[in-house]
Amino acid sequence: MRPRHVLVLLAVATAACDGGASAADEPAVLTVFAAASLAEAFEDVAAELEHRHDGLEVRLNLAGSHTLAGQLLEGADGDVFASADDVEMARVVAAGRAADPQPFASNDLVIAVEPGNPKAVTSLADLARDDLVVVLPIGDVPAGRYAAAALERAGVEVAPASLEVDVRAALGKVVLGEADAAIVYASDVAAVGGRAQAVALPPDPAAGIRYPVAVVDAGRQPDLAAEFIELLFDDTGRDLLRRHGFGAP
Amino acid sequence: MTAATEPRRRRAGERPVTALVGLALTAGIVLLVLPLLGLLARTPWSRILALLGEPALRETLRLSLLVSVASAALSLVLGVPLAWLLARVSFPGKRLLRALCVLPMVLPPVVGGVALLAAFGRRGLVGAPLERLTGITLPFTTAGVVLAVTFVSLPFLVVTVEAGFRGLDARIEEAAATLGASRWTVIRRVSLPMLAPSLAAGSALAWARALGEFGASITFAGNLGGSTRTVPLAVYLELHRDPDAAIVLSLVLLAVSVAILVGLRDRYLGVGR
Repeated sequence: MRPRHVLVLLAVATAACDGGASAADEPAVLTVFAAASLAEAFEDVAAELEHRHDGLEVRLNLAGSHTLAGQLLEGADGDVFASADDVEMARVVAAGRAADPQPFASNDLVIAVEPGNPKAVTSLADLARDDLVVVLPIGDVPAGRYAAAALERAGVEVAPASLEVDVRAALGKVVLGEADAAIVYASDVAAVGGRAQAVALPPDPAAGIRYPVAVVDAGRQPDLAAEFIELLFDDTGRDLLRRHGFGAP
Repeated sequence: MTAATEPRRRRAGERPVTALVGLALTAGIVLLVLPLLGLLARTPWSRILALLGEPALRETLRLSLLVSVASAALSLVLGVPLAWLLARVSFPGKRLLRALCVLPMVLPPVVGGVALLAAFGRRGLVGAPLERLTGITLPFTTAGVVLAVTFVSLPFLVVTVEAGFRGLDARIEEAAATLGASRWTVIRRVSLPMLAPSLAAGSALAWARALGEFGASITFAGNLGGSTRTVPLAVYLELHRDPDAAIVLSLVLLAVSVAILVGLRDRYLGVGR
């Protein structure tokens, strides 16, 4: 190939890269970045909003809040960010990609065990038993931070078999039968039906598990993003969140 | 149509094709090379030594070395007989067996991890009786990581060594046998020395693949510093914690992979000379 041809090719390739702008009359898409623990509740909230707006598509990007915050800091496109704790929300706010986060839900920690609780786990102190395979969410994600703090307050030292990358992965190990116990959110156990059982922990006001939500960038879909957030606070949204095991903020 | 105009017309017709092929070539090379350049561009060169000196990173590097070497050794032991069978023996169902042996190369590794749980997990086909009889469980252990990465990397050795066996001249082995060498002597003194280049290439490839394995490992064996957190897991975890550390670890994996491929000089996967 002659050099002149290469130049033409490069020009064509560059032009092709610029041509990707979306058409204005495409159906509206709202992208919601939500903590993994919110999966089922937000699917219902998303369905409710889609029901109210003909042709609207709500896309949920579900992962550990830490991963989501990282994606937003790297410039990912999103319209709403719902984090499982203030730390990750604060990172996104500090980077200027979100403002005015509002708490919309709360959650409790529980110990997830196999159905029927065959290993008779009743308290955090039991997690130190060496006949138990215990997994925890890694300390990078909110659930892991909350779990570590709860164990510390209870004065319990646990030797976990694994630090899972998000809270659902930790619960998954119990559901699969690979782990005997995991510290997860109450809402997570509600989400897997009868495949795991929750051992409730004594009320712990110091836990303070609150979910903040904020509009991202106030850019592409500000009205729909605001409406999604309003929905979380109205009666319908509150009812959906409660049914999935979340408390009022 | 005269003979004089024919070549010119053909050349004119070829021009769009040349352009398309050139475009595909450019795009292909950009796709493959640009991410590597991006990695190099973001590498914190001044912090490399300090980062690699951090105990947590050194621990993952040590564990990865241990796991990948153990896995490569296991691949040799399990893979050479399999390669020999596929290259030298005819039997019904051989195509199916070969497809099954190569499957992990194209299977998403996380699916491999799920399959390994179904087989070797505490409720698995083999895992459940294993725990009942011996008390041994594999998930969440270093041995479990070795098992998971070997599941993914073994095919690379099998395919490479099978090609090596096919390249051998069986008549040399037959000649040794007719000269009175026992079967074992033929294998030890004739076959294996001739196979050495493919054995080396297959082991190196399997080792490099084992070093980079992520999905099957994290699914089957979980993540814990010192026992199951290998370098690829650390890259994933550090990416949102300390991106510099993630990039430095990625660079280590990249350097090893490049060194292996350059060292093999095209002698991988049965292609090349």
